[in-house]
Amino acid sequence: MSQGHRSGHRRRGRGDSSSHPPGDRILVLPGQELPAAGLRPGRGTYRVGGKVYASILGLLSPKPPFVHVVPLSGRYIPKPEDVVIGTVTDCQGTFWLLDIGAPRWAPLHMTGTPWNVEIGETEKYLRVRDSVVVRVENLDATGRIGVTMIGEGLGKLEGGTIVNVSPARVPRVVGRGGSMIQTITRHTGAQVAVGQNGRVWVNGSPEAIARASDALRLIDEEGQRRGLTERVESFLVASGGSDESGPTLPPRESAHRDAVPGPTAPGGPGDEPGDSDTLGSGAEDY
Amino acid sequence: MGSVGAKEVPVLLSPEGLRVDGRRLDELRPLRIQAGPLHQADGSAFVEWGANKVMAAVYGPREVHPRHLQQNNKAVIQCKYNMAAFSVDERKRPGLDRRSQEISKVIAEAFESVVFAEEFPRTSIDIYIEVLQANAGTRCAGLVAASVALADAGIPMVDLLPAVAVGKVAGEIALDLKKEEDNFGEADLPMALVPQSGRLVLLQMEGHMTPEELSKALDLGVVGCKSIYEKMKGALRDRYTVEPSAAAEAA
Repeated sequence: MSQGHRSGHRRRGRGDSSSHPPGDRILVLPGQELPAAGLRPGRGTYRVGGKVYASILGLLSPKPPFVHVVPLSGRYIPKPEDVVIGTVTDCQGTFWLLDIGAPRWAPLHMTGTPWNVEIGETEKYLRVRDSVVVRVENLDATGRIGVTMIGEGLGKLEGGTIVNVSPARVPRVVGRGGSMIQTITRHTGAQVAVGQNGRVWVNGSPEAIARASDALRLIDEEGQRRGLTERVESFLVASGGSDESGPTLPPRESAHRDAVPGPTAPGGPGDEPGDSDTLGSGAEDY
Repeated sequence: MGSVGAKEVPVLLSPEGLRVDGRRLDELRPLRIQAGPLHQADGSAFVEWGANKVMAAVYGPREVHPRHLQQNNKAVIQCKYNMAAFSVDERKRPGLDRRSQEISKVIAEAFESVVFAEEFPRTSIDIYIEVLQANAGTRCAGLVAASVALADAGIPMVDLLPAVAVGKVAGEIALDLKKEEDNFGEADLPMALVPQSGRLVLLQMEGHMTPEELSKALDLGVVGCKSIYEKMKGALRDRYTVEPSAAAEAA
Protein backbone atom coordinates (compact mmCIF):
# COMPACT_ATOMS: atom_id res chain seq x y z
CA MET A 1 0.00 0.00 0.00
CA SER A 2 2.90 2.28 0.52
CA GLN A 3 4.35 1.96 -2.91
CA GLY A 4 3.55 4.36 -5.67
CA HIS A 5 2.77 1.87 -8.38
CA ARG A 6 0.38 -0.01 -6.24
CA SER A 7 -2.71 1.02 -8.10
CA GLY A 8 -1.36 -0.29 -11.34
CA HIS A 9 -0.67 -3.56 -9.69
CA ARG A 10 -4.18 -3.86 -8.43
CA ARG A 11 -5.61 -3.69 -11.88
CA ARG A 12 -3.17 -6.10 -13.40
CA GLY A 13 -3.14 -8.85 -10.88
CA ARG A 14 -1.92 -11.67 -13.07
CA GLY A 15 1.77 -11.85 -13.75
CA ASP A 16 2.05 -8.91 -11.49
CA SER A 17 4.68 -8.45 -8.83
CA SER A 18 7.95 -7.36 -10.29
CA SER A 19 7.89 -6.03 -13.80
CA HIS A 20 11.33 -7.23 -14.54
CA PRO A 21 12.14 -10.21 -12.42
CA PRO A 22 15.32 -9.85 -10.49
CA GLY A 23 16.25 -13.37 -11.47
CA ASP A 24 15.26 -14.91 -8.20
CA ARG A 25 11.87 -16.15 -9.22
CA ILE A 26 11.33 -19.71 -8.17
CA LEU A 27 9.32 -22.20 -10.17
CA VAL A 28 6.99 -24.22 -8.00
CA LEU A 29 4.82 -27.20 -8.89
CA PRO A 30 1.49 -28.42 -7.52
CA GLY A 31 1.94 -30.13 -4.18
CA GLN A 32 5.22 -28.43 -3.42
CA GLU A 33 5.57 -27.10 0.10
CA LEU A 34 6.27 -23.38 0.08
CA PRO A 35 8.66 -21.51 2.32
CA ALA A 36 5.89 -19.53 3.93
CA ALA A 37 6.86 -19.04 7.52
CA GLY A 38 4.43 -16.51 8.94
CA LEU A 39 2.68 -16.02 5.61
CA ARG A 40 -0.91 -16.79 4.76
CA PRO A 41 -1.93 -18.84 1.73
CA GLY A 42 -2.76 -16.58 -1.21
CA ARG A 43 -3.62 -17.23 -4.83
CA GLY A 44 -2.46 -20.55 -6.25
CA THR A 45 -1.85 -22.12 -2.86
CA TYR A 46 -3.59 -24.19 -0.22
CA ARG A 47 -2.93 -24.98 3.39
CA VAL A 48 -3.01 -28.31 5.17
CA GLY A 49 -1.95 -28.82 8.75
CA GLY A 50 -0.25 -25.45 9.09
CA LYS A 51 1.86 -25.93 5.97
CA VAL A 52 1.31 -24.05 2.73
CA TYR A 53 1.56 -25.83 -0.61
CA ALA A 54 1.37 -24.69 -4.21
CA SER A 55 -1.80 -25.75 -6.00
CA ILE A 56 -0.70 -24.65 -9.45
CA LEU A 57 2.43 -24.53 -11.52
CA GLY A 58 3.86 -21.05 -11.36
CA LEU A 59 6.34 -18.64 -9.87
CA LEU A 60 6.61 -18.15 -6.15
CA SER A 61 5.62 -14.64 -5.15
CA PRO A 62 5.68 -13.82 -1.45
CA LYS A 63 3.79 -10.62 -0.68
CA PRO A 64 3.41 -10.35 3.05
CA PRO A 65 1.08 -11.23 4.62
CA PHE A 66 0.39 -13.60 1.75
CA VAL A 67 2.34 -16.00 -0.37
CA HIS A 68 1.05 -16.32 -3.92
CA VAL A 69 1.89 -18.50 -6.86
CA VAL A 70 1.70 -16.57 -10.12
CA PRO A 71 0.50 -18.86 -12.92
CA LEU A 72 2.65 -19.48 -15.97
CA SER A 73 -0.05 -21.23 -17.93
CA GLY A 74 -3.74 -21.85 -17.99
CA ARG A 75 -6.86 -20.12 -19.10
CA TYR A 76 -7.64 -16.48 -18.60
CA ILE A 77 -9.12 -15.85 -15.17
CA PRO A 78 -11.28 -12.73 -15.47
CA LYS A 79 -10.90 -9.76 -13.18
CA PRO A 80 -13.17 -6.74 -12.98
CA GLU A 81 -12.02 -3.79 -15.14
CA ASP A 82 -9.94 -6.00 -17.46
CA VAL A 83 -10.36 -5.01 -21.08
CA VAL A 84 -10.51 -8.15 -23.17
CA ILE A 85 -11.12 -9.25 -26.73
CA GLY A 86 -13.94 -11.72 -27.21
CA THR A 87 -15.46 -13.64 -30.08
CA VAL A 88 -19.20 -14.11 -30.40
CA THR A 89 -20.19 -17.76 -30.04
CA ASP A 90 -23.95 -17.43 -29.81
CA CYS A 91 -26.71 -14.87 -30.41
CA GLN A 92 -29.81 -14.92 -28.23
CA GLY A 93 -32.81 -12.63 -28.17
CA THR A 94 -31.36 -10.12 -25.75
CA PHE A 95 -27.71 -10.97 -25.44
CA TRP A 96 -24.68 -12.51 -27.08
CA LEU A 97 -22.33 -15.08 -25.62
CA LEU A 98 -18.67 -14.25 -25.96
CA ASP A 99 -15.71 -16.54 -25.81
CA ILE A 100 -13.06 -14.52 -23.99
CA GLY A 101 -10.82 -17.50 -23.30
CA ALA A 102 -12.12 -17.75 -19.74
CA PRO A 103 -13.53 -20.88 -18.15
CA ARG A 104 -17.01 -19.77 -19.16
CA TRP A 105 -18.63 -17.81 -21.91
CA ALA A 106 -19.43 -14.24 -21.00
CA PRO A 107 -22.92 -12.91 -21.74
CA LEU A 108 -22.97 -9.44 -23.30
CA HIS A 109 -26.42 -8.01 -22.78
CA MET A 110 -27.88 -5.71 -25.42
CA THR A 111 -28.12 -2.94 -22.84
CA GLY A 112 -24.37 -3.19 -22.41
CA THR A 113 -23.75 -1.92 -25.93
CA PRO A 114 -23.68 1.58 -27.37
CA TRP A 115 -26.44 0.56 -29.80
CA ASN A 116 -30.18 0.69 -29.51
CA VAL A 117 -30.86 -3.00 -30.00
CA GLU A 118 -34.41 -4.27 -30.41
CA ILE A 119 -35.23 -7.55 -28.73
CA GLY A 120 -34.63 -10.35 -31.19
CA GLU A 121 -32.46 -8.23 -33.43
CA THR A 122 -29.12 -8.90 -31.84
CA GLU A 123 -27.86 -10.52 -35.01
CA LYS A 124 -28.16 -7.23 -36.85
CA TYR A 125 -25.32 -5.90 -34.74
CA LEU A 126 -23.07 -8.83 -33.93
CA ARG A 127 -23.01 -12.28 -35.44
CA VAL A 128 -21.24 -15.46 -34.52
CA ARG A 129 -17.47 -15.15 -35.11
CA ASP A 130 -17.47 -11.37 -34.85
CA SER A 131 -14.88 -10.02 -32.44
CA VAL A 132 -15.38 -7.29 -29.90
CA VAL A 133 -13.49 -5.35 -27.28
CA VAL A 134 -15.31 -5.44 -23.97
CA ARG A 135 -14.61 -4.71 -20.34
CA VAL A 136 -15.21 -7.18 -17.53
CA GLU A 137 -17.71 -5.55 -15.20
CA ASN A 138 -18.60 -8.03 -12.54
CA LEU A 139 -18.07 -11.61 -11.50
CA ASP A 140 -20.30 -13.60 -9.25
CA ALA A 141 -19.76 -16.68 -7.13
CA THR A 142 -21.21 -18.96 -9.77
CA GLY A 143 -18.47 -17.95 -12.19
CA ARG A 144 -20.73 -15.80 -14.35
CA ILE A 145 -18.78 -13.10 -16.14
CA GLY A 146 -20.58 -9.83 -16.82
CA VAL A 147 -19.09 -7.71 -19.60
CA THR A 148 -19.95 -4.38 -21.14
CA MET A 149 -19.18 -2.66 -24.39
CA ILE A 150 -19.95 0.82 -23.16
CA GLY A 151 -16.82 2.78 -22.53
CA GLU A 152 -13.92 4.40 -24.25
CA GLY A 153 -12.08 2.10 -26.59
CA LEU A 154 -14.70 -0.62 -26.46
CA GLY A 155 -16.65 -1.86 -29.44
CA LYS A 156 -16.69 -4.15 -32.40
CA LEU A 157 -13.46 -5.00 -34.19
CA GLU A 158 -13.62 -4.61 -37.94
CA GLY A 159 -11.04 -6.30 -40.14
CA GLY A 160 -7.77 -7.63 -38.93
CA THR A 161 -7.15 -10.95 -37.31
CA ILE A 162 -6.87 -12.35 -33.81
CA VAL A 163 -3.77 -14.06 -32.48
CA ASN A 164 -3.94 -15.98 -29.22
CA VAL A 165 -1.14 -15.83 -26.72
CA SER A 166 -1.06 -17.25 -23.24
CA PRO A 167 -2.72 -14.86 -20.75
CA ALA A 168 0.38 -15.23 -18.61
CA ARG A 169 2.38 -13.65 -21.44
CA VAL A 170 0.30 -10.50 -21.77
CA PRO A 171 2.72 -8.35 -19.77
CA ARG A 172 5.54 -9.48 -22.06
CA VAL A 173 3.49 -8.78 -25.18
CA VAL A 174 2.76 -5.28 -23.96
CA GLY A 175 6.26 -4.64 -22.72
CA ARG A 176 7.38 -2.06 -20.26
CA GLY A 177 5.33 1.06 -20.92
CA GLY A 178 4.03 -0.56 -24.10
CA SER A 179 7.53 -0.88 -25.52
CA MET A 180 7.04 -4.31 -27.05
CA ILE A 181 3.93 -3.28 -28.91
CA GLN A 182 5.66 -0.19 -30.15
CA THR A 183 8.52 -2.33 -31.41
CA ILE A 184 6.11 -4.49 -33.36
CA THR A 185 4.10 -1.65 -34.81
CA ARG A 186 7.22 0.28 -35.72
CA HIS A 187 8.75 -2.61 -37.62
CA THR A 188 5.67 -4.00 -39.29
CA GLY A 189 3.29 -1.09 -39.63
CA ALA A 190 0.55 -3.30 -38.24
CA GLN A 191 -1.95 -2.01 -35.78
CA VAL A 192 -1.97 -4.08 -32.63
CA ALA A 193 -4.37 -4.22 -29.70
CA VAL A 194 -3.83 -6.53 -26.76
CA GLY A 195 -6.59 -7.80 -24.50
CA GLN A 196 -5.81 -8.84 -20.95
CA ASN A 197 -7.09 -12.30 -21.85
CA GLY A 198 -4.26 -12.97 -24.28
CA ARG A 199 -6.21 -12.27 -27.43
CA VAL A 200 -4.33 -9.90 -29.67
CA TRP A 201 -5.96 -8.10 -32.56
CA VAL A 202 -3.67 -7.34 -35.48
CA ASN A 203 -4.61 -5.23 -38.46
CA GLY A 204 -2.83 -3.82 -41.48
CA SER A 205 -1.55 -5.08 -44.79
CA PRO A 206 -1.39 -8.87 -45.19
CA GLU A 207 2.40 -8.85 -44.80
CA ALA A 208 2.19 -6.64 -41.77
CA ILE A 209 -0.32 -8.97 -40.17
CA ALA A 210 1.79 -12.02 -40.95
CA ARG A 211 4.96 -10.52 -39.53
CA ALA A 212 3.30 -9.13 -36.44
CA SER A 213 1.63 -12.49 -35.83
CA ASP A 214 4.96 -14.28 -36.12
CA ALA A 215 6.48 -11.87 -33.63
CA LEU A 216 3.60 -12.47 -31.24
CA ARG A 217 4.08 -16.22 -31.52
CA LEU A 218 7.75 -15.75 -30.78
CA ILE A 219 6.87 -13.85 -27.63
CA ASP A 220 4.38 -16.51 -26.64
CA GLU A 221 6.96 -19.26 -27.00
CA GLU A 222 9.96 -17.50 -25.54
CA GLY A 223 8.19 -15.16 -23.16
CA GLN A 224 10.02 -16.27 -20.07
CA ARG A 225 13.44 -15.52 -21.50
CA ARG A 226 15.43 -12.42 -20.95
CA GLY A 227 16.31 -9.88 -23.56
CA LEU A 228 13.05 -10.53 -25.32
CA THR A 229 12.60 -7.09 -26.80
CA GLU A 230 15.98 -7.28 -28.51
CA ARG A 231 15.22 -10.78 -29.74
CA VAL A 232 11.90 -9.68 -31.19
CA GLU A 233 13.51 -6.64 -32.72
CA SER A 234 16.19 -8.67 -34.45
CA PHE A 235 13.58 -11.15 -35.58
CA LEU A 236 11.54 -8.37 -37.12
CA VAL A 237 14.54 -6.80 -38.77
CA ALA A 238 15.55 -10.17 -40.20
CA SER A 239 12.08 -10.99 -41.45
CA GLY A 240 11.67 -7.54 -42.92
CA GLY A 241 14.95 -7.60 -44.83
CA SER A 242 13.46 -9.11 -47.94
CA ASP A 243 10.35 -7.04 -47.68
CA GLU A 244 10.17 -4.26 -50.24
CA SER A 245 8.27 -1.84 -48.14
CA GLY A 246 11.00 -2.22 -45.58
CA PRO A 247 10.82 -1.98 -41.89
CA THR A 248 12.12 1.54 -41.67
CA LEU A 249 9.08 3.18 -43.20
CA PRO A 250 6.15 2.21 -41.11
CA PRO A 251 3.09 3.04 -43.16
CA ARG A 252 0.97 3.79 -40.22
CA GLU A 253 -1.25 6.66 -39.23
CA SER A 254 -3.72 7.52 -41.92
CA ALA A 255 -3.82 4.29 -43.87
CA HIS A 256 -4.58 2.06 -40.99
CA ARG A 257 -6.81 4.34 -39.12
CA ASP A 258 -9.06 4.63 -42.14
CA ALA A 259 -9.22 0.91 -42.39
CA VAL A 260 -10.59 0.69 -38.92
CA PRO A 261 -13.78 2.59 -38.53
CA GLY A 262 -15.78 3.18 -35.49
CA PRO A 263 -15.01 2.33 -31.98
CA THR A 264 -12.28 -0.13 -32.66
CA ALA A 265 -9.02 0.94 -31.31
CA PRO A 266 -8.91 2.44 -27.90
CA GLY A 267 -6.44 4.95 -26.67
CA GLY A 268 -6.08 8.41 -28.14
CA PRO A 269 -5.74 7.97 -31.88
CA GLY A 270 -2.45 9.14 -33.20
CA ASP A 271 -1.26 10.81 -30.07
CA GLU A 272 0.76 7.92 -28.82
CA PRO A 273 4.05 7.07 -30.30
CA GLY A 274 3.95 3.97 -32.39
CA ASP A 275 0.22 3.92 -32.88
CA SER A 276 0.09 1.15 -30.35
CA ASP A 277 -3.08 0.36 -28.60
CA THR A 278 -2.99 -1.52 -25.42
CA LEU A 279 -6.34 -2.37 -24.13
CA GLY A 280 -6.69 -1.85 -20.48
CA SER A 281 -4.06 -1.00 -18.06
CA GLY A 282 -1.45 -3.62 -18.69
CA ALA A 283 1.00 -1.39 -20.39
CA GLU A 284 1.77 1.31 -17.94
CA ASP A 285 3.56 -0.36 -15.16
CA TYR A 286 5.26 -3.17 -16.94
CA MET B 1 -4.89 -59.71 -27.31
CA GLY B 2 -6.85 -62.90 -27.07
CA SER B 3 -4.49 -65.02 -29.11
CA VAL B 4 -1.72 -65.62 -26.64
CA GLY B 5 -3.00 -69.03 -25.56
CA ALA B 6 -0.94 -70.90 -28.06
CA LYS B 7 2.35 -69.50 -26.91
CA GLU B 8 4.27 -71.19 -24.18
CA VAL B 9 4.80 -69.41 -20.90
CA PRO B 10 8.09 -67.50 -20.94
CA VAL B 11 10.54 -67.73 -18.09
CA LEU B 12 9.38 -64.78 -16.03
CA LEU B 13 12.06 -64.87 -13.40
CA SER B 14 15.57 -66.22 -13.94
CA PRO B 15 17.43 -68.07 -11.18
CA GLU B 16 19.51 -64.90 -10.71
CA GLY B 17 16.33 -62.97 -9.92
CA LEU B 18 16.11 -61.12 -13.20
CA ARG B 19 12.87 -60.62 -15.10
CA VAL B 20 12.11 -61.15 -18.80
CA ASP B 21 13.70 -57.85 -19.75
CA GLY B 22 16.57 -58.12 -17.29
CA ARG B 23 15.12 -55.86 -14.60
CA ARG B 24 15.15 -56.67 -10.92
CA LEU B 25 11.91 -57.06 -9.02
CA ASP B 26 11.93 -53.48 -7.75
CA GLU B 27 12.99 -51.78 -10.96
CA LEU B 28 10.85 -49.59 -13.20
CA ARG B 29 10.95 -49.60 -16.96
CA PRO B 30 12.63 -46.57 -18.52
CA LEU B 31 10.30 -43.59 -18.27
CA ARG B 32 10.43 -40.41 -20.30
CA ILE B 33 7.89 -37.61 -19.91
CA GLN B 34 7.49 -34.54 -22.07
CA ALA B 35 5.26 -31.69 -20.91
CA GLY B 36 3.37 -29.54 -23.39
CA PRO B 37 3.92 -31.16 -26.80
CA LEU B 38 0.49 -30.11 -28.09
CA HIS B 39 -0.35 -26.52 -28.90
CA GLN B 40 -4.11 -26.51 -29.30
CA ALA B 41 -4.81 -28.06 -25.92
CA ASP B 42 -4.67 -26.04 -22.71
CA GLY B 43 -2.22 -28.61 -21.36
CA SER B 44 -0.63 -31.77 -22.67
CA ALA B 45 1.98 -34.43 -22.00
CA PHE B 46 3.57 -37.33 -23.77
CA VAL B 47 4.79 -40.37 -21.86
CA GLU B 48 7.04 -43.15 -23.08
CA TRP B 49 7.22 -45.83 -20.46
CA GLY B 50 8.93 -49.01 -21.53
CA ALA B 51 7.15 -49.83 -24.77
CA ASN B 52 4.09 -47.75 -23.83
CA LYS B 53 3.49 -44.52 -25.67
CA VAL B 54 0.69 -42.37 -24.32
CA MET B 55 -0.42 -38.84 -25.18
CA ALA B 56 -2.67 -36.84 -22.90
CA ALA B 57 -4.41 -33.52 -23.59
CA VAL B 58 -6.38 -31.37 -21.16
CA TYR B 59 -8.94 -28.75 -22.08
CA GLY B 60 -10.57 -26.41 -19.68
CA PRO B 61 -11.99 -25.38 -17.40
CA ARG B 62 -14.49 -24.67 -20.17
CA GLU B 63 -18.22 -24.79 -20.85
CA VAL B 64 -19.69 -28.19 -20.07
CA HIS B 65 -20.70 -29.83 -23.24
CA PRO B 66 -23.66 -32.02 -22.60
CA ARG B 67 -25.27 -29.25 -20.56
CA HIS B 68 -27.07 -31.58 -18.14
CA LEU B 69 -23.75 -32.74 -16.71
CA GLN B 70 -23.04 -29.24 -15.43
CA GLN B 71 -22.66 -28.94 -11.66
CA ASN B 72 -23.57 -25.72 -9.91
CA ASN B 73 -20.88 -25.84 -7.28
CA LYS B 74 -17.86 -27.29 -9.04
CA ALA B 75 -16.25 -28.31 -12.28
CA VAL B 76 -17.00 -31.73 -13.66
CA ILE B 77 -13.99 -33.78 -14.61
CA GLN B 78 -14.48 -35.82 -17.73
CA CYS B 79 -11.93 -38.30 -18.94
CA LYS B 80 -11.72 -40.27 -22.14
CA TYR B 81 -9.19 -43.05 -22.31
CA ASN B 82 -8.80 -44.52 -25.75
CA MET B 83 -6.50 -47.10 -27.30
CA ALA B 84 -5.51 -46.58 -30.90
CA ALA B 85 -6.37 -49.39 -33.27
CA PHE B 86 -2.65 -49.87 -33.89
CA SER B 87 -1.62 -49.83 -30.24
CA VAL B 88 -1.52 -53.64 -29.87
CA ASP B 89 -0.28 -56.52 -32.06
CA GLU B 90 -3.67 -57.48 -33.28
CA ARG B 91 -5.79 -54.57 -34.39
CA LYS B 92 -7.95 -53.27 -31.58
CA ARG B 93 -11.47 -52.55 -32.64
CA PRO B 94 -11.68 -48.76 -32.35
CA GLY B 95 -14.05 -46.99 -30.06
CA LEU B 96 -15.56 -47.36 -26.65
CA ASP B 97 -15.55 -50.72 -24.98
CA ARG B 98 -16.12 -51.87 -21.43
CA ARG B 99 -12.47 -51.75 -20.58
CA SER B 100 -11.87 -48.20 -21.80
CA GLN B 101 -15.04 -46.97 -20.13
CA GLU B 102 -13.92 -48.42 -16.85
CA ILE B 103 -10.47 -46.94 -17.13
CA SER B 104 -11.89 -43.54 -18.08
CA LYS B 105 -14.10 -43.67 -15.02
CA VAL B 106 -11.43 -44.65 -12.51
CA ILE B 107 -9.00 -42.06 -13.86
CA ALA B 108 -11.61 -39.29 -13.74
CA GLU B 109 -12.44 -40.26 -10.16
CA ALA B 110 -8.78 -40.29 -9.19
CA PHE B 111 -8.45 -36.71 -10.43
CA GLU B 112 -11.69 -35.64 -8.76
CA SER B 113 -9.99 -36.25 -5.44
CA VAL B 114 -7.00 -34.00 -6.19
CA VAL B 115 -8.28 -31.21 -8.43
CA PHE B 116 -9.76 -28.13 -6.71
CA ALA B 117 -12.90 -28.34 -8.82
CA GLU B 118 -14.87 -25.92 -6.60
CA GLU B 119 -12.84 -23.05 -8.03
CA PHE B 120 -14.58 -23.39 -11.39
CA PRO B 121 -18.31 -23.95 -10.90
CA ARG B 122 -20.41 -24.91 -13.93
CA THR B 123 -17.43 -25.80 -16.04
CA SER B 124 -15.81 -28.93 -17.32
CA ILE B 125 -12.22 -30.09 -17.25
CA ASP B 126 -11.77 -32.54 -20.09
CA ILE B 127 -8.95 -35.05 -20.12
CA TYR B 128 -8.18 -37.04 -23.26
CA ILE B 129 -5.78 -39.97 -23.05
CA GLU B 130 -4.70 -41.65 -26.26
CA VAL B 131 -2.69 -44.83 -26.03
CA LEU B 132 -0.58 -45.04 -29.15
CA GLN B 133 1.34 -48.15 -28.18
CA ALA B 134 0.44 -50.47 -25.34
CA ASN B 135 2.58 -52.82 -23.32
CA ALA B 136 0.82 -53.26 -19.97
CA GLY B 137 0.33 -50.51 -17.44
CA THR B 138 -1.33 -48.09 -19.83
CA ARG B 139 -3.83 -46.84 -17.28
CA CYS B 140 -0.94 -45.82 -15.06
CA ALA B 141 0.94 -44.28 -17.96
CA GLY B 142 -2.25 -42.47 -18.96
CA LEU B 143 -2.74 -41.20 -15.45
CA VAL B 144 0.81 -39.92 -15.25
CA ALA B 145 0.47 -38.21 -18.62
CA ALA B 146 -2.88 -36.69 -17.70
CA SER B 147 -1.54 -35.42 -14.42
CA VAL B 148 1.38 -33.64 -16.06
CA ALA B 149 -1.02 -32.28 -18.66
CA LEU B 150 -3.28 -30.90 -15.92
CA ALA B 151 -0.37 -29.11 -14.31
CA ASP B 152 0.64 -27.82 -17.74
CA ALA B 153 -2.89 -26.49 -18.14
CA GLY B 154 -2.50 -24.49 -14.93
CA ILE B 155 -5.29 -26.32 -13.15
CA PRO B 156 -5.13 -26.12 -9.36
CA MET B 157 -4.74 -29.42 -7.59
CA VAL B 158 -3.45 -30.93 -4.38
CA ASP B 159 -0.53 -32.62 -6.06
CA LEU B 160 0.66 -34.42 -9.15
CA LEU B 161 -0.54 -37.98 -9.32
CA PRO B 162 2.13 -40.59 -9.95
CA ALA B 163 0.85 -44.09 -10.70
CA VAL B 164 2.34 -47.53 -11.17
CA ALA B 165 1.24 -51.14 -11.32
CA VAL B 166 2.71 -53.72 -9.00
CA GLY B 167 2.19 -57.41 -9.73
CA LYS B 168 2.98 -60.92 -8.77
CA VAL B 169 5.27 -62.72 -11.17
CA ALA B 170 6.52 -66.28 -10.66
CA GLY B 171 5.47 -66.06 -7.04
CA GLU B 172 7.32 -62.82 -6.37
CA ILE B 173 6.08 -59.25 -5.99
CA ALA B 174 7.41 -57.16 -8.88
CA LEU B 175 7.18 -53.49 -9.76
CA ASP B 176 5.84 -52.19 -13.07
CA LEU B 177 4.84 -55.28 -15.05
CA LYS B 178 5.41 -55.45 -18.76
CA LYS B 179 3.18 -57.29 -21.15
CA GLU B 180 4.52 -60.85 -20.75
CA GLU B 181 4.46 -60.50 -16.99
CA ASP B 182 0.95 -59.12 -17.06
CA ASN B 183 -0.32 -61.90 -19.32
CA PHE B 184 1.38 -64.79 -17.56
CA GLY B 185 1.80 -63.43 -14.06
CA GLU B 186 -0.48 -64.15 -11.13
CA ALA B 187 -1.65 -60.68 -10.16
CA ASP B 188 -1.71 -57.04 -11.23
CA LEU B 189 -2.27 -54.10 -8.89
CA PRO B 190 -2.38 -50.63 -10.44
CA MET B 191 -2.28 -47.76 -7.98
CA ALA B 192 -2.05 -43.96 -7.92
CA LEU B 193 -0.61 -42.02 -5.01
CA VAL B 194 -0.98 -38.45 -3.75
CA PRO B 195 2.58 -37.79 -2.55
CA GLN B 196 1.60 -34.73 -0.53
CA SER B 197 -0.74 -36.72 1.74
CA GLY B 198 0.27 -40.31 1.10
CA ARG B 199 -3.27 -41.20 0.10
CA LEU B 200 -4.06 -43.69 -2.65
CA VAL B 201 -6.67 -42.45 -5.09
CA LEU B 202 -6.69 -45.40 -7.45
CA LEU B 203 -6.30 -49.02 -6.49
CA GLN B 204 -7.47 -51.96 -8.51
CA MET B 205 -6.48 -55.59 -8.48
CA GLU B 206 -6.67 -58.50 -10.83
CA GLY B 207 -5.56 -61.98 -9.78
CA HIS B 208 -4.71 -63.24 -6.35
CA MET B 209 -2.40 -62.14 -3.57
CA THR B 210 -2.19 -63.02 0.09
CA PRO B 211 -2.67 -60.17 2.56
CA GLU B 212 1.07 -60.20 3.25
CA GLU B 213 1.83 -59.98 -0.45
CA LEU B 214 -0.66 -57.18 -0.86
CA SER B 215 0.94 -55.08 1.83
CA LYS B 216 4.38 -55.76 0.39
CA ALA B 217 3.07 -54.80 -3.05
CA LEU B 218 1.62 -51.55 -1.73
CA ASP B 219 4.91 -50.63 -0.12
CA LEU B 220 6.78 -51.36 -3.32
CA GLY B 221 4.24 -49.35 -5.33
CA VAL B 222 4.61 -46.33 -3.07
CA VAL B 223 8.37 -46.41 -3.59
CA GLY B 224 7.84 -46.69 -7.34
CA CYS B 225 5.40 -43.79 -7.35
CA LYS B 226 7.89 -41.57 -5.56
CA SER B 227 10.47 -42.10 -8.26
CA ILE B 228 7.87 -41.52 -10.99
CA TYR B 229 6.86 -38.34 -9.16
CA GLU B 230 10.39 -37.01 -9.53
CA LYS B 231 10.30 -37.64 -13.29
CA MET B 232 6.97 -35.83 -13.56
CA LYS B 233 8.34 -32.82 -11.75
CA GLY B 234 11.45 -32.91 -13.91
CA ALA B 235 9.35 -32.82 -17.08
CA LEU B 236 7.44 -29.75 -15.89
CA ARG B 237 10.62 -28.01 -14.76
CA ASP B 238 12.20 -28.65 -18.16
CA ARG B 239 9.33 -26.93 -19.84
CA TYR B 240 8.89 -23.98 -17.53
CA THR B 241 12.23 -23.18 -16.01
CA VAL B 242 13.16 -19.60 -16.65
CA GLU B 243 16.35 -19.38 -18.62
CA PRO B 244 19.20 -18.91 -16.19
CA SER B 245 19.73 -15.24 -15.81
CA ALA B 246 23.45 -15.74 -15.26
CA ALA B 247 24.20 -14.93 -18.88
CA ALA B 248 22.40 -11.62 -18.68
CA GLU B 249 24.06 -10.73 -15.42
CA ALA B 250 27.54 -11.69 -16.56
CA ALA B 251 27.29 -9.49 -19.62
